[in-house]
Amino acid sequence: MADIEIKDIIKKENLVYSKSKILTDNEMHYCPGCSHGTSHKLVAEVIEEMGIQEKTIGISPVGCSVLAYNYLDIDWQQAAHGRAPALATAAKRLMPDHFVFTYQGDGDLASIGTAEILHACNRGENITVIFVNNAIYGMTGGQMAPTTLIGMPTATSPYGREAALHGFPLKITELIAQLPGVAYVTRQSVHTPAAARKAKKAIRKGFENQEKKIGTSFIEIVSTCSSGWKLSPVASNQWMEEHMFKFYPLGDLKDAERDNEADYKKYIE
Amino acid sequence: MGELKLMKGNEVIAEAAIRYGADGYFGYPITPQSEIMETLMAQKPWETTGMVVLQAESEVASINMLYGGAACGKRVMTSSSSPGLSLMLEGVSYLAGAELPCLLVNVVRGGPGLGTIQPSQADYFQATKGGGHGDYQIIVLAPASVQEMNDFVGLGFDLAFKYRIPSLILSDGVIGQMMEKVEVSDYKPRWTDEEIQKISGSWATTGKTKNRERHIATSLDLQAEKMEEHNHKLQAKYREIEKNEVRYEEFQTDDAEYLLVAYGSSARICQKSVTLLRQKGIKVGLLRPITVWPFPSQRIAELANQVKGMLAVEMSAGQMVMDVKLAVNGKIPVSHFGRYGGVVHSPGEVVEAFEKQFLGGK
Ligand SMILES: Cc1ncc(C[n+]2csc(CCOP(=O)(O)OP(=O)(O)O)c2C)c(N)n1
Repeated sequence: MADIEIKDIIKKENLVYSKSKILTDNEMHYCPGCSHGTSHKLVAEVIEEMGIQEKTIGISPVGCSVLAYNYLDIDWQQAAHGRAPALATAAKRLMPDHFVFTYQGDGDLASIGTAEILHACNRGENITVIFVNNAIYGMTGGQMAPTTLIGMPTATSPYGREAALHGFPLKITELIAQLPGVAYVTRQSVHTPAAARKAKKAIRKGFENQEKKIGTSFIEIVSTCSSGWKLSPVASNQWMEEHMFKFYPLGDLKDAERDNEADYKKYIE
Repeated sequence: MGELKLMKGNEVIAEAAIRYGADGYFGYPITPQSEIMETLMAQKPWETTGMVVLQAESEVASINMLYGGAACGKRVMTSSSSPGLSLMLEGVSYLAGAELPCLLVNVVRGGPGLGTIQPSQADYFQATKGGGHGDYQIIVLAPASVQEMNDFVGLGFDLAFKYRIPSLILSDGVIGQMMEKVEVSDYKPRWTDEEIQKISGSWATTGKTKNRERHIATSLDLQAEKMEEHNHKLQAKYREIEKNEVRYEEFQTDDAEYLLVAYGSSARICQKSVTLLRQKGIKVGLLRPITVWPFPSQRIAELANQVKGMLAVEMSAGQMVMDVKLAVNGKIPVSHFGRYGGVVHSPGEVVEAFEKQFLGGK
């Protein structure tokens, strides 16, 4: 075989994949195996493909993804812990033609920020929520989250979560799906290429719903936290498939467009 | 001259906001200021000026809605009373840290805790000493009339945008609930997108365009040295505000031998006390801080060379008196009088307290 130089292969016509232009060149701070990186990438690709960079405002939470603004080349607002939906509410109402999304962890969204997310969804704010549920507080060092599974050990439930002591894991996404203001609720993951492709579709639908002005779109991404779970990235994915998906099953919980009996329409009539 | 109306202090805040071209109001009901949002909802400004009015789920949400709106370069405001302001303080600290302009209104009621719904001035420390966490200040305007409730909406927004800082109207249940004649401002249109670009285009999160870097509204920097640098910048701004924005009013101070210092409704009461004392032949004057932060320390220090003693009169157990003492720096006696917990002192009570303190009682 003739020698092939690498520079002969790197040609435009051979290109099958490239990094989204919305992703910056900043080195990500996420741990190996963390789902945040892939989730960021999917959001970036959707923004690029929809051509909405100039009209998109991201709201970053307090949590591991607090620095999301370093990675996506769009305008950002960095919210206080749990309050991203309140910021998004105002930004969207004051700039209704913009695309506004929050990006939140499970501690941020389902614990300290429960009131803000429930009420933003209940008002049917025309925003997209990306909810990264890794069942733990990653940023502060692996403490118990409201979403932590029964039996799961964390820094503040070292003997495993016990319902009698710590309460039950909160299925906030199921709760959100009950609200008439919500147009679209889905639960996805990004641990395989196939899963990531589906998640991307869901994120795109979430953003497209903003154009249709039909209410809140809520996309949960069941995620891993190798550092917090104290498992290797591969073992984390296995553990997620075995345990997380059982309690947090993947799939659509609500799609107001598909379902013409949509609560949303019922309520506003 | 603008239109004359007979209005409640709270109502005029709402009216002034619409007329000033405010973009958004976000609030949660609490006595004694609920008329502000009630008036806005009744006026439906979204149908006229396009102003957004939203009843939030809590004061925590309201203040964070302000953060979201302010970051877009919009003129946004909220109002509340004492317990609600306490809830907002984390957000105020974030707004100050991220250098976002907005307008807050506190119609103060008696505390601590759930306290009472009657007027008080016991949130002075909270308003003027930062209140939330970290080294920060906000501009604090103290209206003493319904007219000033009107005027300070515009002034508050102007200062907020001039310095990229939250402004607070520190009112109280007396000013909020009382009706007075007021000359309302003329209608101004809301800022257009182009105007927002001109005014706040260097920082507002209005969408990243090709010709600029992305904008990030944040109060975070994980590097301590960089955060110190940011703090230096904030402190320099605060010194600048102290230099430029001190506002106060004097009443019969020219020949005064004693001075009352009072702000807000307490200053209205003290005007009468000055008259009563002067009828008795005692030369008393009144200094009314209009901005309580920045505080008129320099003028008070000057007056300490003229008068024999000062009495700080406020509806609190003694908060502003600390700033008076700092300004006077031990030169002359400074004392405090005030009813509190929701009780409003009378002009006579102030006279009595003054005589007891400075004329050996009676
Ligand atoms: C008011 C407040 N309380 C607590 C914290 C500390 N804190 C920072 S991140 C965090 C938990 C974040 O967990 P999660 O939302 O699950 O996101 P993750 O880091 O796992 O992505 C906490 C408790 C804070 N910054 N502010």
